[in-house]
Parts: sequence; structure tokens; C-alpha cells
Amino acid sequence: MPARVGVVVFPGTNCEHDAVHAIEALGAGADLVWHGDTSVGEYDALIIPGGFAHGDYLRPGAIARFSPVMAAVGAFADGGGPVVGICNGFQVLTEAGLLPGALQKNQGLRFLCTTVDIRVESDRSVLTAGVSPGTVLSVPINHFEGNYTCDPTTLKILQDEDRVVLRYVDNPNGSVDDIAGVCSAGRNVVGLMPHPERASDPLLGSADGVVLLEALLGSALASAGARVA
Amino acid sequence: MGEPATFSVLVEVRLRPGISDPQGATIERALPALGLGGVAGVRAGKSFRFEIEAPDEAAALERSTVVADRVLANPVIEESTVTVTVTPAGA
Repeated sequence: MPARVGVVVFPGTNCEHDAVHAIEALGAGADLVWHGDTSVGEYDALIIPGGFAHGDYLRPGAIARFSPVMAAVGAFADGGGPVVGICNGFQVLTEAGLLPGALQKNQGLRFLCTTVDIRVESDRSVLTAGVSPGTVLSVPINHFEGNYTCDPTTLKILQDEDRVVLRYVDNPNGSVDDIAGVCSAGRNVVGLMPHPERASDPLLGSADGVVLLEALLGSALASAGARVA
Repeated sequence: MGEPATFSVLVEVRLRPGISDPQGATIERALPALGLGGVAGVRAGKSFRFEIEAPDEAAALERSTVVADRVLANPVIEESTVTVTVTPAGA
């Protein structure tokens, strides 16, 4: 059976249909999950897509953390379920404490809407499993607050535990250690600023995001099997 | 312990020392262009004002600090200062 992915929607989320389309194009199933729901159903993986959850008021992700669905997302992650936060979803996951660090305003205060090269640094995460480290992917970014920051102790832990899963080839936003994406200690929660769902078809200018989405779907089925067993 | 009173709260949130502040840096760089040189160390922040009911000032400070730490500031990159004052009667 193909994997089934829940795509969480907050008021102000705007990349949910891109995510659903990209997942369905790969032959898997995807449903939208409203932020007011207190359950994430029987999904094999969750995506927190990009946008401006709750208007990004206070700080990106700061209010979304208190949405009813987030307790269920946290429980799903605690149970080993794959959770991927893209762009604003990454910000939500850091604010919710499911990933370390924070995303600050870009160095130079520029809103960045462009395509960048990112390098897969670790294949030990639900989003990069089976993708050779060193693989360079051309994937769009679209953010004002993508400047990844954490304290030196946290950075050392991320480096030592091989949890920096993606780095920018040419750092666009000032992120510490060129970090474009990190994973949790359990390696099942991943946050990244680039948008793989927007690089899911040659018609979009790049299909390089497909390897990441396929990796996620593979991880979803493996994880679902493990949780049933 | 008297009746619950209303206290005015000011929470100031700023980036922790050492965390880069692109906003502050941009403001600082813009000032000389306006003929306002000699300004250094600009750090941008946010302030929040609200009122809170509590039995006494210590309790008001304690609860306001929870609001500041859990919601208004992101402790990964920000720190906050909470100031509580008694709202004058009838204000």
C-alpha cells in the first residue's frame, strides 16, 4: 500500500497544495490536516508546509506552536513517526521544541526568493535516507527568516551526531555553519528552509527535490511497518 | 493578602548578546547617511505591555515572567526583562 501523508494546515499556510501535489505525483496519498484537529489520524508521515502560520505574528511559528494539532504532531514524532517541516514548517518545529535552534531574519535583511544549491550531508534522516552524502540538489528557497542560529553547544552536538542533514553550497542567509536543514536526535523529525516540493517536476525548473520526497515516502512506509510490528 | 489587584506589565525582549542582529546592524549603517554619525551598538528589540490581575506584586511578576519566557521571547535567541507596576486605582 502506498504511504499516506498528512499535510498540516494553519491559518496562513500557503504551500499545502504544492506539498499534496508533489506527494500524489509520486504515487502516494496525501490529505490536508487542519490545525484545530486534535488528532493526526493514521498517517505514515506528516509534513508541516511553508507559509505564514497565524500570520507569523510575534515570531514565525510562535503562535502555531499552541495550535491544538501540535500536541498530536509531538506525540507522532515521539512515537518515531516521520515529520518534515519545510520553510515556515521548520520555524514551527523549532518553536515547538521538536528541533533545536531558531530561525532569525536573514543576514542583510533581504527576503530571498531564488533557487539555491544544497548539499546532502547525512543520509541518516527520514528525508535523506538512501541519498548519497555529497549529492548537490538545486532547490528553491523563499524566506525572510531562514538564518539558522543555535548556541555553540547545540551546534557541536548537531555536528558530532551527524544531524546537519543539508548545507547550502553558497550560504544565502547567514545560517550558522551553512545549515539548510537539521534532524532530531531520533532522526525522524527534519526541518529545512528549501522547498523540495517546488522542485518536483522538470516543468518547475528542477526535479531535484524528488529524491528527498521519495526518501520521505520510503521512510514513512518503513516507519509505519515498524510501528505496526 | 489583600484583594486581587491589577498590575501594569512591561516586557522588553531583545536578542541575547552575541546573537547577530541584522535589523540593528542595518539601522546603524543607515544613521550616518542621515547625518547621525557616532551611534554604535544598535540592537533592535520588541516591547509588550499588558495588565494582569494578581494577589500581589510578587505574584504578578512571577506570572508575567512565565508569559515572557513561554510566549513573548524565544529563549534560544532572546532574553527579556519584566517590569511590573501597580495600576493606580481608577486608572
